[in-house]
Amino acid sequence: MTIALPIIIVSLIGLVAGVGLTLAAKYMAVSVDERAARINSVLPGANCGACGFAGCSDYASAIVDSGAKPNLCPVGGADVAAKISTVLGVEVDAAEQRYARVRCAGTFSKTRYVMRYRGMQSCAANKTFYRGRGACPNACLGYGDCTYACNYGAIYMYHGVAVVDKDKCVACGLCVERCPNKLIELARGGSDIFVRCSNTEKGKVTRSMCSVGCIACGRCVKACKFGAVEIENNLAAIDQEKCVGCGLCVKECPMNIIRKYSDPSFPHHRAKSASPAGGQAAQG
Amino acid sequence: MKEILVILFSVILVDNFVLSKFLGICPFLGVSKRLDSSVGMSIAVTFVMILATAVTWPLYALLLARFELEYLQIIVFILVIAALVQLVEIMLKKYMPALHSSLGVYLPLITTNCAVLGATILNFDNGYTFAQSLANAFGAGLGFLLAMVLFSGIRQKIEEADVPETFKGVPSVLIAASILSLAFMGFSGMVEGVFGK
Repeated sequence: MTIALPIIIVSLIGLVAGVGLTLAAKYMAVSVDERAARINSVLPGANCGACGFAGCSDYASAIVDSGAKPNLCPVGGADVAAKISTVLGVEVDAAEQRYARVRCAGTFSKTRYVMRYRGMQSCAANKTFYRGRGACPNACLGYGDCTYACNYGAIYMYHGVAVVDKDKCVACGLCVERCPNKLIELARGGSDIFVRCSNTEKGKVTRSMCSVGCIACGRCVKACKFGAVEIENNLAAIDQEKCVGCGLCVKECPMNIIRKYSDPSFPHHRAKSASPAGGQAAQG
Repeated sequence: MKEILVILFSVILVDNFVLSKFLGICPFLGVSKRLDSSVGMSIAVTFVMILATAVTWPLYALLLARFELEYLQIIVFILVIAALVQLVEIMLKKYMPALHSSLGVYLPLITTNCAVLGATILNFDNGYTFAQSLANAFGAGLGFLLAMVLFSGIRQKIEEADVPETFKGVPSVLIAASILSLAFMGFSGMVEGVFGK
């Protein structure tokens, strides 16, 4: 009797739990759409999150369940968008060309450095412990964490500043997340004119730190005939929706930081040989 | 009311589950790499602890204690908690998909986490009433959250620090955890100091 009772009680509890779980699994099962699995197999599987969802499978289920657009995957591009639409049986537009770009132009000779950093050669370490080696708090840290984040070899260091190779970039956004200073943005369609600075200090302060910083003079705002440029937080901002890419602000900018990505003098078109990340750090 | 406050205070700071009782070390070391995941994990642990206490307390008082089967508590509790967490997961998936996708990854991880089991068993070792047990479980979860958040901050610094090759990775994390645990010894005796004997 002394041994029978425990056995009965434990097996009873086990039985109740087992039957309960079985019933729960049966009656509360969530049906999985098989199209989601097929879309998932078409997607690149990079799980980068550039589509705005948490990974490829999440995007696949979002397409099926909540009608997300099939052309959001920048890694797969038009190819994958076409395959997804075959699965769904609908026509779709091609994915829009997107790429990352770095909003800093402070190369070794242009920006002022305040320390000789001898620690771990990574942007994250430099930022965590010393707020960066340059005078500008929003400058490219220059140790190339983004180049290591990129799976496509699209970022390289050019005289201490990261530059994105537009042709190789698939706009996955991994570098955007990695940059401790949040300097990298994803261009979403529109024109390829952008501001190569992220400094929000007042003009005079910016000038003391860097010779290629936005001093918020406002000449670009006046130059623009379409009302696409505004000064926010002492920093020029271009509204990509309104910008037509005429290039008037590019000509007007006294610091030469509003640039056209397709401009031949842009670093990305020049020497593509990557200088070593970090390089001769604070000698400039 | 004062008793509940004493329980909360002591279980969060003085007898912190992770740092003083060394329960739930596995998720503490495993999931504390990033702040957001450690917060998610802690909330899931708190949730399961309260739920497990709410179910095991009546079970123990009404069934096991009545038939003098107290020695079965560990095996019965594991069984009940595991089944309960599975059931909760199925229900969340069906009725609250948003909560499921944020807790979902962590729920199965803590099915038979020793911190959860420890919370339920310690309720009876301390002779708590039902309300006190719930407070204890809630406080244990909060203490876990505190430890996780503190430690994820420390870990972020360690990740970037230039530590010697030998100490890279787990060794430096273990040493940091031991120092944090030592720091929490500073709270011992505080309950008497604040609330009186």
